[in-house]
Amino acid sequence: MATLAQQLVNGLVLGALIGLIALGYTMVYGIVQLINFAHGEVFMAGAFGAHFAYLRLLPAGTPWYLALPVMTGAAVAVSVAVAVAMERWAYRPLRGAHKLAPLITALGVSILLQEVVRVFYPGATAPLAFPRAFAGGSLTLGPVLVLWTGVLAVVVAPLLATGLHLYVERSRLGRAMRATAQDPDTARLMGIDPDRVVLATFVIGAVLAGAGAVLYGVHYTQIDTAIGFQNGIFAFTAAVLGGIGSIRGAMLGALCIGLVKSLAGQYAWGGAQYDYVWVFVLLILVLMFRPQGFLGRPEGVRA
Amino acid sequence: MLEVEGLAVAYGAIEAVKDVTFTVEEGRIVCLVGTNGAGKTTTLRAVSGLLRPHRGEIRFLGRPIHHLPAHTVLALGIAHCPEGRRLFTGMTVEENLMLGAHLRRDSEIAKDMLRVYELFPVLGERQGQRAGLLSGGEQQMLAIGRAVMARPKLLMFDEPTMGLAPIMIQRILDTIALLRDQGTTVLMVEQNALAALTLADHGHVIDLGRTTLSGPGRELLADPRVRSAYLG
Repeated sequence: MATLAQQLVNGLVLGALIGLIALGYTMVYGIVQLINFAHGEVFMAGAFGAHFAYLRLLPAGTPWYLALPVMTGAAVAVSVAVAVAMERWAYRPLRGAHKLAPLITALGVSILLQEVVRVFYPGATAPLAFPRAFAGGSLTLGPVLVLWTGVLAVVVAPLLATGLHLYVERSRLGRAMRATAQDPDTARLMGIDPDRVVLATFVIGAVLAGAGAVLYGVHYTQIDTAIGFQNGIFAFTAAVLGGIGSIRGAMLGALCIGLVKSLAGQYAWGGAQYDYVWVFVLLILVLMFRPQGFLGRPEGVRA
Repeated sequence: MLEVEGLAVAYGAIEAVKDVTFTVEEGRIVCLVGTNGAGKTTTLRAVSGLLRPHRGEIRFLGRPIHHLPAHTVLALGIAHCPEGRRLFTGMTVEENLMLGAHLRRDSEIAKDMLRVYELFPVLGERQGQRAGLLSGGEQQMLAIGRAVMARPKLLMFDEPTMGLAPIMIQRILDTIALLRDQGTTVLMVEQNALAALTLADHGHVIDLGRTTLSGPGRELLADPRVRSAYLG
């Protein structure tokens, strides 16, 4: 019983973090119908940005309430810079090309970014300890141990997702994004610049990934150049599971994946070594009966 | 106001518009008539920048615009109400109107929206409803309202009466005349040559991608060549 509750908590935290990455996949797909496989690397680069900021920019012993915002700022800045660069120089020249071209480019960008960080970031050839900027201890709920960093992730991720939802529904840019997702030509007739909308979408995805990277780092306390790829695959799966293009769907899909992975790691055949297998079993089962995912609809960015 | 000269537009190897020349004078309703596939829609799409001509010139208020991307053409004052209405069907009536005013930063957007609701009261009653749930006639009203929200100098309509009931056709045409009377210049494309030329101050006949005849609407209506080709 205690183990079950503990695994549910772990799954919830993992789901919240994957959800923040999944939002980037789903937003970009909603606007340009591109699976940006390099989005995981936007997350990974953000984690290294935060690591750098803590070690090189902040004096030792900076209290967490100062360190955390600075690290988040650095992570978001690095993530946004990486996302803007890949949109501008890798994907924009391929607008209008066959769909396979940007997809393969995304895989190439992903490998490139992993290798660049691994080769050029000091010490990144091995896993790095992430600064315990928000150590904070833990909370015990009966037999269950909940790290404060996990509480932070579970609180912040839904808040950011809700903020994104409201922004897309209510703001001028959000309206332009939905219009472009639904009918790009007619959106242009409304005076909407598609390049700006696409860029804004990449930036929004990167902000969420950067914030997620800091939450991930302080919770799991270790980062390496493969975290983008590993978590990106789960985040992409979450977006598809929830219905790609849907904001709520991405969060819901991520929650399911977090829970399935944690529970499978504890209870299923193969244990923690094969937990990811069950995530994809879930994906296959859902897609067999509901190919559009939980909340997927045929068109556009939907909330 | 708008001058199109020697326009040629191709889709890949197929040249849909070969040699189209006409002008639109301010304050008029000008109509392009012709059979299906004559190149009328292609001409409008070239004016609004959705297609790039490979020959010829389009000038608006004396300035060449045929090289401009579509999203900048509206800012110059040309709105395009496209064929098939192309509403954002998943969004509400109000959101569609707001998208029409997307480029505006002035304080009179709400006032203009009320004006659209006055013109078409049914839109006001359904402002919170998804555009996809409206009837065909209501959707056309919304498409017109959306275009008007941009406060264009030149408003282009592509087949505004297509698929509508006769009573609705008359209502739409009356609205177009009203917009002209309020100072908006209109360029429209219609297959229904009788209705279009009756309304238009000036007409141009497009045949197989070329402008062949032009003149005041009533004169064209009386022309035996037009009568035999388009009015039966």
